[in-house]
Formats: sequence, C-alpha cells, structure tokens
Amino acid sequence: MARIGVFVCHCGTNIAKTVDVDRVAAAAARMPNVAYATTYLYMCSDPGQNIIKEAVKEHSLDRIVVAACSPSLHEKTFQKCAEAAGLNPYFSEMANIREQCSWVHSDREEATAKAIKLVQMAVARAYYDQELYQSQIPVHRRALVIGGGVAGIQAALDVAASGYEVVLVERTPSIGGRMAQFDKTFPTLDCAACILTPKMVEVASDPNVKIVTYAEVESVSGFLGNFEAVIRRRARSVRMDACNGCGVCYQKCPSKKIPSEFNAGLGTRTAIYVPFPQAVPNVPVIDRENCRYFLTGKCRICEKVCSAQAIDFDQQDEILKEQFGAIIVATGIDVLDHSIYGEYGYGRYPDVISGLQLERLINAGGPTQGILKRPSDGKEPESVVFIQCVGSRDDSKGFPYCSKVCCMYTAKHTILLKEKHPETEIYSFYIDIRSTGKGYEEFVRRAQEEFGVHYLRGRVSRVYPRGDKMVVMGVDSLLGQQVEVEADLVVLATAAQARSDAKELARKLNVATDRYNFFTEAHPKLRPVETLTAGVFLAGACQFPKDIPDSVASGSAAAAKVASMFSKPFLLSEPTVAEVLPLTCVGCLNCQSVCPFNAIDEVAFVNPLTREEKKVAKVNEGLCNGCGTCVAACYSSSIQLRGFTDEQIFRQIETALAP
Amino acid sequence: MAENTYSYYPGCSLHGTGKAYDLSARAVCRHLGIELRELQDWNCCGATSAHALDSWAAIALPGRNAAIAERAGLDVAVPCAACYSRQKTCEKALQEDQQARERLEKEMSFSYTGRARFKHLLEIIVKDYGLERLREKLTAPLTGVRAVGYYGCLLVRPPDVVGFDDPEDPRTLDDVILASGAELANWYAKTDCCGGSLALVRPDVCGQMVARILQQAKEAGADCIVVACPLCHSNLETRQPMASKLLRTDFEIPVLYFTEMLGLAMGLPPKRLGLNTHLISPRKILRRKPQAVGAAATVGGPAQRGPERQEEVAGEEEADG
Repeated sequence: MARIGVFVCHCGTNIAKTVDVDRVAAAAARMPNVAYATTYLYMCSDPGQNIIKEAVKEHSLDRIVVAACSPSLHEKTFQKCAEAAGLNPYFSEMANIREQCSWVHSDREEATAKAIKLVQMAVARAYYDQELYQSQIPVHRRALVIGGGVAGIQAALDVAASGYEVVLVERTPSIGGRMAQFDKTFPTLDCAACILTPKMVEVASDPNVKIVTYAEVESVSGFLGNFEAVIRRRARSVRMDACNGCGVCYQKCPSKKIPSEFNAGLGTRTAIYVPFPQAVPNVPVIDRENCRYFLTGKCRICEKVCSAQAIDFDQQDEILKEQFGAIIVATGIDVLDHSIYGEYGYGRYPDVISGLQLERLINAGGPTQGILKRPSDGKEPESVVFIQCVGSRDDSKGFPYCSKVCCMYTAKHTILLKEKHPETEIYSFYIDIRSTGKGYEEFVRRAQEEFGVHYLRGRVSRVYPRGDKMVVMGVDSLLGQQVEVEADLVVLATAAQARSDAKELARKLNVATDRYNFFTEAHPKLRPVETLTAGVFLAGACQFPKDIPDSVASGSAAAAKVASMFSKPFLLSEPTVAEVLPLTCVGCLNCQSVCPFNAIDEVAFVNPLTREEKKVAKVNEGLCNGCGTCVAACYSSSIQLRGFTDEQIFRQIETALAP
Repeated sequence: MAENTYSYYPGCSLHGTGKAYDLSARAVCRHLGIELRELQDWNCCGATSAHALDSWAAIALPGRNAAIAERAGLDVAVPCAACYSRQKTCEKALQEDQQARERLEKEMSFSYTGRARFKHLLEIIVKDYGLERLREKLTAPLTGVRAVGYYGCLLVRPPDVVGFDDPEDPRTLDDVILASGAELANWYAKTDCCGGSLALVRPDVCGQMVARILQQAKEAGADCIVVACPLCHSNLETRQPMASKLLRTDFEIPVLYFTEMLGLAMGLPPKRLGLNTHLISPRKILRRKPQAVGAAATVGGPAQRGPERQEEVAGEEEADG
C-alpha cells in the first residue's frame, strides 16, 4: 500500500486559467493510494516546496505526484524536494498539465477532465516507482578543445587556469581562427592581431595546454568523464622540434602561385608556408598537394636551404589516442560563398568581394599590405558599395536566419575605409540595422553621422560591370525610389554558416545539430554551452554566428562547466538508464543496432543455475541516455528502463484508456 | 501521342499585337516538324489583371485551359511569357494545392492527371527538340548580326514555378542566338522587367524601365533584341520614342521574336515570319545578313514533315517597316 501525495500547481494563471485546479485536487484525493491532495499558486517556489515537505511528514507520504509543468523544466526541482523530505528522489512523478494541457486547450471543462486523467496516470505510475540511486563515475581530468579560434583559445586558457590539462586541436597549421584574419574589431577598433596574438602566445606557453595543430579529431568513443579521442596529426613534413622558424624555406619555395586560404583566396602563398607571420606554432607545413617535390619528385629546395635540417619529406600522419573527461567543441563558422548569387555576378566579377576578403585587403599583413586595392586592376577605389544580408535573412538562396555580426562588421569596414580615405564615397544597402550590443548602436551612428556613410534601406537587385565600374542597381525603400550607384568595389556582407563538415563532427561526438548544421545546445536559454551529450560542451560560433565578445564569453562559460565538473571527486550518473536482464537475453544484439549512443556492449554471461555460458547485451550506464529505444526493440522483453518500467508504462496506458 | 506534336495555346496577344510571333512560331515549328494543334475554345489566361483582382479567377481562367489541354492529352506549347507564367502557376496549384485542384475539377468538370504539361515554346524548341537537331536546320546563318537575348521577368521566374533556366543568368535565348549564327552580345538587363501592363496605366514608369533596357542594349552594341514574349516585344518596340526622349538619344533597335530569328536562320521568307509587321523595321539586320548560298524560294508550302526533308532555303525578301 502506497501513500501518494498529489500537489496541483496553479502556475499563476498559466494552468489555473484553463484548468480547475481545485477540482483536479479533489478528484485526486479520491484516487486509489492517494493519501493527500492539495493545490498551490507556484509549487516550484520555496513555499510551494515547503508544502510538499510538510505534507510528506504530516501525512506519512511515501511518493509525491506534482501536477504542474513539463518534467524537462522541473523534474529535478521536485526530485530534490522529495529528497529533502526524506524520500528517494525517484519517488516523485510529474503530471504535465501545463504544456500538454492548459496551454494547448481553451475549453475549461475538457481541459480539467484531461488534467484529472493526466494526474490519474501519474498516480498509477507512481505506485510502481522504485528506489533508484545514482552511481559514481570516475573522471579523467583532462579536456579536449576542438578548434583553435578565439573561443577555443579562451576555453583552453580557462580550463588550464583551473589547474587541469587541456589538449587544443586545430585543423589548420596555426591557431588563431577567424579572428586572426580580421583587421580591426568593432566597436572599439582595436586591432584584432594586437589583442589576439598575445592570447595565442599565452595559450602556447601554458604548461597545462598541449596544442596539436594541422590535426583533426578522427573519432571519439567513451562517455562523460571517460572519453577516448583519436586525433590524426597530419604530416607537416617539417620537424616541429628542429625548426627555428627562420622562414628561409618559404622565401625560397618555387611554387608561389597557390591561393592563400588565410587571405580568403586573394593573395598567394608558397607550397611550404606558415599561414601568417604571427602563426602559432611558427613552424611551416608543406602542402603536399601543391609541393613540387611531392608532385614531380624533384625540387627539395626547402631541404637544401634549411639550416636546422628540419624538413622531413618522409614524415607520416601521426595517430594520437588520448583520454579526456570533457570535450569542448569550438569549430567556428564558414562564410557563405557568394557565387550562388547570380544577381551579383555568380562570383565572376573580381571587384565584387566578401567582407572577409575586404578584411584581408585592408590588413597590413594582407596581400596589399593594407592599402585597399581592388582585385581587378589594383586601383584604389573612390566609391564602394556595401550590400548587407547576402545569404542572411534570405529564404530563397541563403538562410532565413540573421547572421548577427554583419551589420556591425559592415559599419566597421565603412569607418575603416573612411578613416584612411575620407573622400571615398561609401554606400551601404541594408534591410534593418541590428546593433544590439554594448556600444554597437553608437558605433553604427558614428559611421552614418560622423563619417557620412550613405546608408540606404533596401535590397540590391543587380550588380553588373559598365566600363571599369560596377553598377549597383537597388531600391531605396525609404524614398520609394530605385537607385543606381556606380562603384569601384562592391563588398558583400556574406552570411556566416555552419562548417561544411559540422554534421560529420556532430556524428562523431553524438551531439545534435539544427537544420542549418549548427551544433544544438541542451537548452537555448538555461544550458547554452552544454549539449545533450553529457560532457560535451559548445563554445563560439559553431553553435550560431557570434561576434568576438560572445565567442570569448561562451569559451569561458564552457570552460567553467568543465572546471566545475573536474573539481568533483567523481561524477554522478542518472540511474534512469536501461538494464538488461541477462537470464532472458538471447544475445541477438538488436538493441545494439538501434542504440543511438553506442551504449550497448556484448558480454559473456554464466547462468548461475545451469552454469551455461552465453553472450548477452550489457548497457554501459555511462553512455546510456535512457531514451528507451532498446527497450522497444528487444524481442524477448529483456531490457527495462529504470524509472520507466513496462509495468509503469502499461499502468499509465491502461489508466489513460479507462473510461 | 506522336513525338513533336503539341497543343498550342497562342494566348490573346498572338491573335493581336503579337501576330508576327504567331506567324513565325507556326512557320518555324512546321519547318522543324513540330506539329502545333491550337487548343479548342481556349480563353485568356487572366494575365496581369486577374491575379491583381481575384485570386480565384487567376487560377480558374488558366484552369479552364488546363482542362481543355487535359482532354487533348498533349503537352502545350505557350509562346507568351505571361500566359506561360499564369498557366504554370495554375499547374503548380493543380499539383500541390488539393483544395484548389478539387474546386477546379468540379467547376471545369474534368479530372486532372497532369499528362498535359504547359511548356514555353522556347523550352520546347531548345530543350525538347534539342539544340543539336535545331542547328542542323539553321542553314542560313545570320552572320554579322549582333544580338542580345531579353528574357524579361516572367519567363524564368519564379524558379519554383517555371524553372527551365537559370533565374538570374538564363542562357536559352542566348543559345538560340548563337545557333542562328548571330553574334551574342553580353549584357545585364536580360531579366529586368519591361514594365509589363504598366504600359497602359503608368506609361511614364514603363518608359523609364524600357529606356534602361534599351540603353543597356545600345551599350552592348546590339543590332537587335531577341525576345520570347509579345508584351516585352510591344513595350520594347512602341516605347522607343518615349525612351529616346527620356535619355535624349535616338533609339532604333529592332526587337525580334526568337522564332523570327530562327525562321531567318532557316532561310524562311521574312514576310511569312511577320517581319513586315514591326514598328521598328528589322531591315538593317536583314540587309546585313549575307545571302544564303544557292537560295531558291518556296513560300507557304504545306507542312513539311520529317526532319530529313531539306526545305529549300528562302531568299532574302525585303521586309517593310
């Protein structure tokens, strides 16, 4: 005989407006095994929880059912409340009469009847609740940070500062990421390199941080606290320990015409190269696809000129297997390729460039040494048109979302151009100006008022060449007029988009991505840097386009999550996971094939009575997320999900179907 | 059904201002062995007016044509870009909007199978008939003529309704121009709007739009503009004096239907193609066209069937402006 207490929440008017909560409580009081039922305005509040605790004492309750919101919001709250009241936390159940009832219905009579039914189901289920206990998981106190941009660097520095080891894996030859490509930063206009490169040096010299560049994560296995990552460090063809960074090799390299990725395709680089002079590590790599020696078997000039004998053509890719307790994903973003835009010339006009390319053209370290020369003929432009929202807020060709950073970087570009050449005529076509950050709106205002940039509200329908100029045809929707501007250079604020291989990495890490392939956080508001896979965190723009302050903040936030995880002697795992009953398991491993978390292993099992040995499935509780897929897939009903046993589910269904 | 046989929906314009388009379309198709069977008792597609005033009329008017076409059971050749757009919009509704389809089927008492698809004549000639086969028929190349292809706003847009060519940089007309032996000039007003029916209600606006297009054609050094729409043709031709005034210049750029271009390149007599009905005489182009070798004329003969039959090349005939 159970003694169940039912606590019905008004949720202010959220529930009480549509559901007659008093009638629900009165009905609950008459249900079998219910010893007590009451209502309260906010059950999750402190006084609400006290009502539960006191009722447990006063009425000797052994289980509680809270009829309120979704368990995803407050299950934990009421589990803790049950625990504080002296019950096993898993002796608490929730009936969702808000999201699944009051919010979606308008008829008070019917909603109340449905709420009573939902409570009845939860009561039926609570009767079969069992005591469950969390188990302890040991933690490997090392973090893996994937991506060496500013978010990843910040995350690595912060985890390291808490005293834990970090491995920072970067795909390109140098850390630095997108920020290293930028000229200056909004809204303060401090130079990106001046604030980033010290951080790059700091992370490189931190004894707790091991940087692995020119490397990628091949696979990840394991679970919270106990991940194993396989990292492929690509052959650099230059020995890191021997190279002294003198740079003679790339000065002498004869393959000079390779488009520079770092310069967004505008400048060229050699086959042996460092992406930029401040690279960390300052050790070149040989791009084997373009190296004359690797292509033709002849050359080896770099080897001849290297005084440190650091060139090693025979170097092989290296596979590192490392253990980690947590993983921070900070892989950043790609920039939309504007060649999908026919109206802007399908990427065929050299003087229609992306914002990222402009960054390189005005950067002192860029292909033009910071003097803005347009790509077609090297002329310094006298008039420049900026087109915002290219690929953003564009359902038909790009993405419906706002890329968030373009309004600001376009304003920055216009100011930077105007500062150097005030006589340049600058036009900026926009849809809306989105400048919601500290000092952002003031910054855009400066561009408009102090620097006299012509902001035109409207879209551009076509860009085409006339003589050596580009004609930009658009509309000024505030004047209600078509406008035509002749420009020497057109700069497109191209959308930020997910990395092309983000989905692949997401699969390796078993984390979700949204429909644009951005990584999905565990909760958009309350758990913004966590993923639904315990132990995997997000930092920077891999989650959604972010500017530098937001990227840094999320890097620190992810690091804080990791540090707090590592600071505990062990981790606790949820007991609501699947459990195989080995006596009846036939070892077909159908469960293994359906498990989305790779949480099922095959093990040997000896029947204690017959001494027969057989293969059975076994759930790895660290990996299991309790989704229940295996339970449904098991032919012999040999898997039970703790807290969601067949008994509980069937009683719920029967109650639901009872008249 | 026989290959190369289509229902033909000329639309109102081709029985009026677009007479030359109708003549040349029929002549060219006959020469290619494409049989056009005019839909029985067709009606106006609703054009700009219907969909601006009554959303159901905008579906029902082309819907009636769709019902007639279903009964005929052949794909339908539509020469007018506006008719094409309306018919395709209706076709999309029939395919994707169950409610609209059921209502239409009831009102027009037919049942939609989708076996008769509406296609633009340009699509039929370039894509269905094929550029390779077409080239074989173009025996009187228009060498020395410099042309631009003008698609207007409806022919290739919106892409999810029509979509037989690139919506921003279409190439089909360009292919026709090149196949005809003319020189293709590069320009950037291909898909700009000519003003459409604003020609009637806001001639000032239409004049400006046409002026911009003509200006670009002139900058591109075009001898003529090749179109695939009777309204584009009408606007580009009739608004040239107005455009000339606006830009203080003297436009006199002939505007040819692509079918006229093809007909000329086939050596068909200009009069049979309706070239004598133009307001701006294409005389200059015709003069520039070198005489086809060994030309002898047969005019207005019976339908020539079978691609293997070589039609005699028509000699040049002076077309009156």
